[in-house]
Amino acid sequence: MTPGLNEPHASRPAADEACLEPVRRGIDPLVFEQSRPGHRGLDLPPAGVPEAPLPRLLPGVALRAQPPRLPELSEPEVVRHYTRLSHLNHSVDLGIYPLGSCTMKHNPKLNDELAALPGFAELHPYQEEDEVQGMLRLMWELEQALCEITGMLRVSLQPSAGAHGELVGILMIRAFHRRNGDAQRDTILVPDSAHGTNLASATLGGYKIVELPSSDRGLIDVTRLRQSLNERTAGLMLTNPNTLGLFEEDICRITSLVHQAGGLVYYDGANLNAILGRCRPGDMGLDVVHLNLHKTFSTPHGGGGPGAGPVAVGPALEPFLPLPLVQQRAGAFRLDDDRPLSIGRVKGFYGNIAVAVRAYAYILRMGGEGLRQASGDAVLNANYLRTRLHHLYHVPFDRTCMHEFVAAALKQKARGVLARDIAKRVLDFGMHAPTVYFPLIVPEALMIEPTESESLESLDAFVEVMRRVDAESIEAPEVVREAPHSTPVRRPDETRAARRPVLRWEPDIA
Amino acid sequence: MNAYLPHSDQDRAQMLAAVGATSVDDLFAALPESLRVAGLALPPGLTEAETRDHLQLLADENKLWGHSSFVGAGFYRHHVPAAVRAMIGRSEFATSYTPYQAEVSQGTLAHIFEFQTAVCELTGLDVANASLWDGPSAAAEAAFLALRATGRDRIALSGALHPETNQVISTYAAGPGFSITPLPVDETSGQTPPPLSGPPSDTGVVVLQQPNFFGVVEDTAAWAKAAHQAGALLVVVQNPVTLGVLEAPGVLGADIAVGDVQPLGNGLNFGGPSAGYMACRGSLLRQLPGRLVGRTVDAEGRTCYTLTLQAREQHIRRAKATSNICSNQALNALAATVYLALLGPVGLRELGSLCLQRAHALQERLEALPGVTAAFSGPFFHEFTLRLPFPANEFRRRLREQGVDPGIPLGRWFLEKDRELLVAVTEVNSPTGLDRYVEAAGRALTEGVAA
Ligand SMILES: Cc1ncc(COP(=O)(O)O)c(C=O)c1O
Repeated sequence: MTPGLNEPHASRPAADEACLEPVRRGIDPLVFEQSRPGHRGLDLPPAGVPEAPLPRLLPGVALRAQPPRLPELSEPEVVRHYTRLSHLNHSVDLGIYPLGSCTMKHNPKLNDELAALPGFAELHPYQEEDEVQGMLRLMWELEQALCEITGMLRVSLQPSAGAHGELVGILMIRAFHRRNGDAQRDTILVPDSAHGTNLASATLGGYKIVELPSSDRGLIDVTRLRQSLNERTAGLMLTNPNTLGLFEEDICRITSLVHQAGGLVYYDGANLNAILGRCRPGDMGLDVVHLNLHKTFSTPHGGGGPGAGPVAVGPALEPFLPLPLVQQRAGAFRLDDDRPLSIGRVKGFYGNIAVAVRAYAYILRMGGEGLRQASGDAVLNANYLRTRLHHLYHVPFDRTCMHEFVAAALKQKARGVLARDIAKRVLDFGMHAPTVYFPLIVPEALMIEPTESESLESLDAFVEVMRRVDAESIEAPEVVREAPHSTPVRRPDETRAARRPVLRWEPDIA
Repeated sequence: MNAYLPHSDQDRAQMLAAVGATSVDDLFAALPESLRVAGLALPPGLTEAETRDHLQLLADENKLWGHSSFVGAGFYRHHVPAAVRAMIGRSEFATSYTPYQAEVSQGTLAHIFEFQTAVCELTGLDVANASLWDGPSAAAEAAFLALRATGRDRIALSGALHPETNQVISTYAAGPGFSITPLPVDETSGQTPPPLSGPPSDTGVVVLQQPNFFGVVEDTAAWAKAAHQAGALLVVVQNPVTLGVLEAPGVLGADIAVGDVQPLGNGLNFGGPSAGYMACRGSLLRQLPGRLVGRTVDAEGRTCYTLTLQAREQHIRRAKATSNICSNQALNALAATVYLALLGPVGLRELGSLCLQRAHALQERLEALPGVTAAFSGPFFHEFTLRLPFPANEFRRRLREQGVDPGIPLGRWFLEKDRELLVAVTEVNSPTGLDRYVEAAGRALTEGVAA
């Protein structure tokens, strides 16, 4: 066993009794349950102006009859509650987080400090443009860097996340076809390995979906693609490398086939981390690309956001970008919303700017060479894990992968241990689990993305854990099936959660 | 050497040997030759100190108004407590992701459950989700939810919605081709009066903003009645800061409440990130977009939390999901939750009342200045529209020269409203700040109507 590796409770029965006691208490009562009348965590100044009774100032307006039951707590109580809650989380800052498709790389601390500079953080979005030139310059320069990285023409920073960017892309594709009098194009093609958001975004944008089965090499089947293209095709959404971590080798043929059929090609940039500085979506002939700043560009995932999903386009879609765009003229920057063909807006203001500031700082810090090194290390790390694990875990498409690979826990399943169980057991060792059951085309999928942030020692420790879990699946499968053993809680009853949904606290549910 | 990349060259060599490759470039053999680039035309990486200096320079180019700004229109300058910043800055919250593995995510799951509860309490509705991208996109999602529930395809939008909310809903609606009916604003009161005959009969949803874009409080109850008579649902887009003072939209008959939690502990950040909230009646639960956290028990019977009812979501339902949303705005929702925990029910009422009293005091004094009138007669909360004797852009310019950013000219969105100014007042605008505003305005107005 690697020195320093967390031994799980289950293998240390002697320690169990002593250690489990505090853990058995589960998690602290909610902030509502800790409320004590009269406690207050924030004080307000007196109005300091002549006051009038509210009913006089708000004639005819319905005033609150029952105050909301918010908690009453002092600052130390609030701080202690959330600090204690925070201790129940695994996070990138605590240990490896090989959650495939999510690029859980290190979040540089500098970036948070810079995003908090008052000169960025305290700007109101409706300040006059001459007062926010530094901010607009940053947005412009970030756009230029993203154009260089992707090989695209222009970028909108507006979308809040990857899926939001997908919706923008789909709506631009729609606007493009309508503009060309091609409104009959009502179908988007999506490979069966695609992320769920691709299909959901295309549907939200008003399209029908045709799913393309993958080839036996795990790639888009070009013959099937050709057969599926017709005058109803609005476009193809693809991910490259795809969700199996494999590069679409026929990408140029794929884009030209779709273009010949009159469609456009959307690139889901969730996996851009694999190809930074190696190749560029624009050179592949892609028409529209979204990037996840919270993946490739190191911004924190926040427990589920905020992220940012900027959208980059080539010439075909440039006129349709959301409003407004940053423009530069004679060294001055402004926000241009005089763009008659634009699809409009998908969000208030200009985007998740504090996230954009972090991404900008990351790009400056890394430089072109550093980004290229990052993709190199990310791909090296994934292949290192693949080669060290593929004897133990079946890898259905077992060849050089990009930034991630997908294993199928078939051998373990035959022993009565599922991908879900393996994931839970990994948690016992102070690590996050891989993504499970995605992509859907791999049974018992374990999708592993180490990212470039993991050291060799950290990768070896993960290999050791995966080895051990495999060994347990033979020698003591129940240990895996009943995992985790050392976490604050174990196997929440999801069926009960869904059958009898309790979605909020009420005084009587305790 | 790169501080963010742990490997030494020796590590890389050892790993390449294990993989059976001779160089990192070998690993990219699947990339067609014609696509490969030797590198990116970006400057060489900077050190941490250099990066800091570079961004500091950009930050210094921006003007900070602090408490001398009266600009609102959707994003408001409230005090963000240090404890909120400290809690959302904790890396256990900030550097984790969607709580797919509940056993190592109880911190995130519990605070989302608290957020859902707080939103239900504020809005007087039964269920709330974990957050959406922002207020305007939440309004679009709410309209879509209502159309799914009613099976109709027409959206009626109050003309007093924030113009950007209106644009976002319109952009979303273009996809499936939903129709939009504008509901006119009464130019005297500044309210959206419910038409006597109700909205058009194929309308599935009416969207109202509360207080509306001009700062005026609308009649939620009357609209709920009118919408329901027409067989439509009512969506209210409400600033949550008002909900300690104003009656909850759920109590007044709204079916869905949405809005932006920016005013609750989230900074301005030039417009984002913040988080959208959404609450609805229990009967609409299966149509709700976004993540939901539920309370349950674990294998040992302990109370705990987990993502639930995921059959609505894209990763399970794919093309048939209720929304495409995946990453939402969890950390911003946490900021709102911590903020509300600090403030409490009494604090929320006091905060609302404080903003309102100061806004009314300022409005009264400004209205007393020569040539200035209230643009609308309807009741307002902490934001109001002034009509000036000359273009509002010029007024803003004159006040900025005197160190006050007095509000946002409405000509930006409404050509005919070029003399109107939208003024927001919060607890950060002190009584002396109000005095300075009034004095500066007095001087600006006596400069005459030159332009
Ligand atoms: C391949 C892929 N596409 C799209 C998305 C959606 O991104 P976001 O969560 O930022 O909306 C994800 C996120 O997990 C993804 O892995």
